[in-house]
Amino acid sequence: MSILIKGGRIIDPFRGVDEKGNVLIEKGKIKSFPKDTKKFERNDKVTVIDAKGKIVSPGFVDIHVHLREPGYEHKETIRTGCESAAAGGFTSIVCMPNTNPVNDNASVTEYIMLKARTEGIVNVFPIGAITKGEKGKTLSQIGEMYEAGCVAISDDGMPVMNSKVMRNAMEYVKAFDIPVISHCEDSNLSGNGVMHEGDTSTLLGLKGIPSAAEDIMVARDITLAELTGTRLHICHVSTAGSVRLVRDAKKRGVKVTAEATPHHFMLTEKAVAEYDTNAKMNPPLRTQKDVETVREGLADGTIDVIATDHAPHSEDEKKVEFDRAPFGIVGLETALPLSLKLVEEGVISLNDMISKLTSVPSGIVNIDTGTLSAGARADVLIFDPEARIKIDRHSFHSKSKNTPFHGWELKGSVLYTIVNGNVVYSA
Amino acid sequence: MTMEFNRKHILGLEELTAEEITLILDTAESMREVSERDVKKVPALRGVTVCNLFFEPSTRTRSSFEIAEKRLSADVLNFTPSQSSVVKGESLLDTARNLESMGASMIVIRHPMSGAPWLLAKELKSSIINAGDGSHEHPSQALLDLFTIRRIKSRIEGLKVAIVGDILHSRVARSNIWGFMKLGAEVRVVGPATLIPDYIRQIDVKPYYNLSEAIKDADVIIMLRIQRERQEFEFFPSLREYSRFYGLTREKLKDARDDVTVMHPGPINRGVELSSDIADDPGSVILEQVSNGIAVRMAMFYLVASARRSA
Repeated sequence: MSILIKGGRIIDPFRGVDEKGNVLIEKGKIKSFPKDTKKFERNDKVTVIDAKGKIVSPGFVDIHVHLREPGYEHKETIRTGCESAAAGGFTSIVCMPNTNPVNDNASVTEYIMLKARTEGIVNVFPIGAITKGEKGKTLSQIGEMYEAGCVAISDDGMPVMNSKVMRNAMEYVKAFDIPVISHCEDSNLSGNGVMHEGDTSTLLGLKGIPSAAEDIMVARDITLAELTGTRLHICHVSTAGSVRLVRDAKKRGVKVTAEATPHHFMLTEKAVAEYDTNAKMNPPLRTQKDVETVREGLADGTIDVIATDHAPHSEDEKKVEFDRAPFGIVGLETALPLSLKLVEEGVISLNDMISKLTSVPSGIVNIDTGTLSAGARADVLIFDPEARIKIDRHSFHSKSKNTPFHGWELKGSVLYTIVNGNVVYSA
Repeated sequence: MTMEFNRKHILGLEELTAEEITLILDTAESMREVSERDVKKVPALRGVTVCNLFFEPSTRTRSSFEIAEKRLSADVLNFTPSQSSVVKGESLLDTARNLESMGASMIVIRHPMSGAPWLLAKELKSSIINAGDGSHEHPSQALLDLFTIRRIKSRIEGLKVAIVGDILHSRVARSNIWGFMKLGAEVRVVGPATLIPDYIRQIDVKPYYNLSEAIKDADVIIMLRIQRERQEFEFFPSLREYSRFYGLTREKLKDARDDVTVMHPGPINRGVELSSDIADDPGSVILEQVSNGIAVRMAMFYLVASARRSA
């Protein structure tokens, strides 16, 4: 089957392309960019998509997703997580290992890969755990997981507190040339905190997580990346301090990259007022100053990637006392309009936004997607950046609806998501 | 001319206006008068079922609420989680919904986690009265402190109030800060720096680490209880050292005004935050605080019930 995407604005930052044109997809690959489309339009075997006035870009790549399967299928499954991704314009997702059992050995990796092949409508790339059971003590079966398909290692959500263990992990992965992805948090300092330590936590009487808990670990992991020469990717940067540390490290030539989530560049600690558990995430929402600095980091390239940290939790799990609610929100289906807000506000250009959601994240985990070059796999997104939308959590394809953005009026809607040449979502 | 009280819930003093707080205190004066009668009962809550939902041990607050409810002729349902389905893992919301189905239209909740009353107020039809949530607020305690001080000093405005102890974890402190500030007093907090969040400056409360400086010229000193059960020892080295720097004694009290009033929400750790000679002083208001608590809680029920009726 062939698809002709006609008359769209093609933006492919990896090749530096931003022009009006046509894209021909054949046998799951980008075939060509024909100037003259008449002969394809006359061919019954070619599906024509009119993209006039719309943007045609590589499918988005999210390198921070929690799919919850195996073990927490009531929150999300590989099938529903992929459907959510497709609806949000993501054609590739990279999933964290904190399932049950933890993805710390090749059997779990193989299970995820099999499920993704048979039930998933987008490309799924697993991340293996750094340590067995994400317990921070002994290294997991990193080599075997790499062979089974893991593209990085991380103990996301359960920071490796022991610096020696972290150093060993960074040394060990050199053989496979995969990055170490770090959720930076000094868990002694964050203790049983449930939100940012500051003005709001003080008035609400909630235990705080100081910014220093993140900054300290960012500094440590940068130091270890410098020591080992291994590629370090820092998850969900939330503090002004982290941005400064990453900026300095990059200047020194340390191989470090960083991501920010839409909630960390859109919301502050004030969203927690009245104990809204949909504003409870880790790292927590910080102050206005932090939000501004994260935005500066996105603008000057200190922060390379926009990732969602899609963290589904069921309604019942979130409708409890604030202390008892789990951390995290869903993000795949709100990422496009929230990122476009950055463009509208002049923080980054549309091209930069697309690059932070496509070729840059795919480059970090070294997967062959994120560009529209001829011959590349046909992972394509068509979206309308001007369409006015109102976020409605009940319309999410994700099994979970936990979002603080319900009811927000924004711009940007996904029209078509194409994975390996197949339309997997259309509005 | 009387102002209307329009609130269905009393969750904290942060959201109350100075006028609303004053109305509660004025209403409590009439309720105090009821408590001095031979027949200490009025029919204001006849036919209303009030549930006391206490997830934390409490003698004083729970008894005080119960007496207030009975003096207003309410039907009272006491719910203690250890004897209930909570130990079987039932959620707070399910527990409260069940009590509501049994006819409770007012729920008094004490809970170890900040914000728990907010969850009920958002999800239930009943009126929610916060009897203390985590480290957040304890509105009835602050209202009775304000009531007691207003009776003694005839005013709140312009008073210098020092709150001493664990501000970080204290719901009594937060409610008192809001109450005294809204009525025009100056509030200072003092204690070990580990227990004094600097962020408190955002609402014009000045933090101190030295007791003498903080209580200088103070009209009111509110001593907070050191919660031994909270294992405070990561915050200061020992009770002995705490007592030495932040325990109030007759000697240290000389820095305050001669007519200073010392308050304590109880229960007292004698010899730790307060020496016995101050606690047992004939001029001590600590027991009067307890009896005023009933009048204030009656006023809270009375006003919320009338707001419900006119809603």
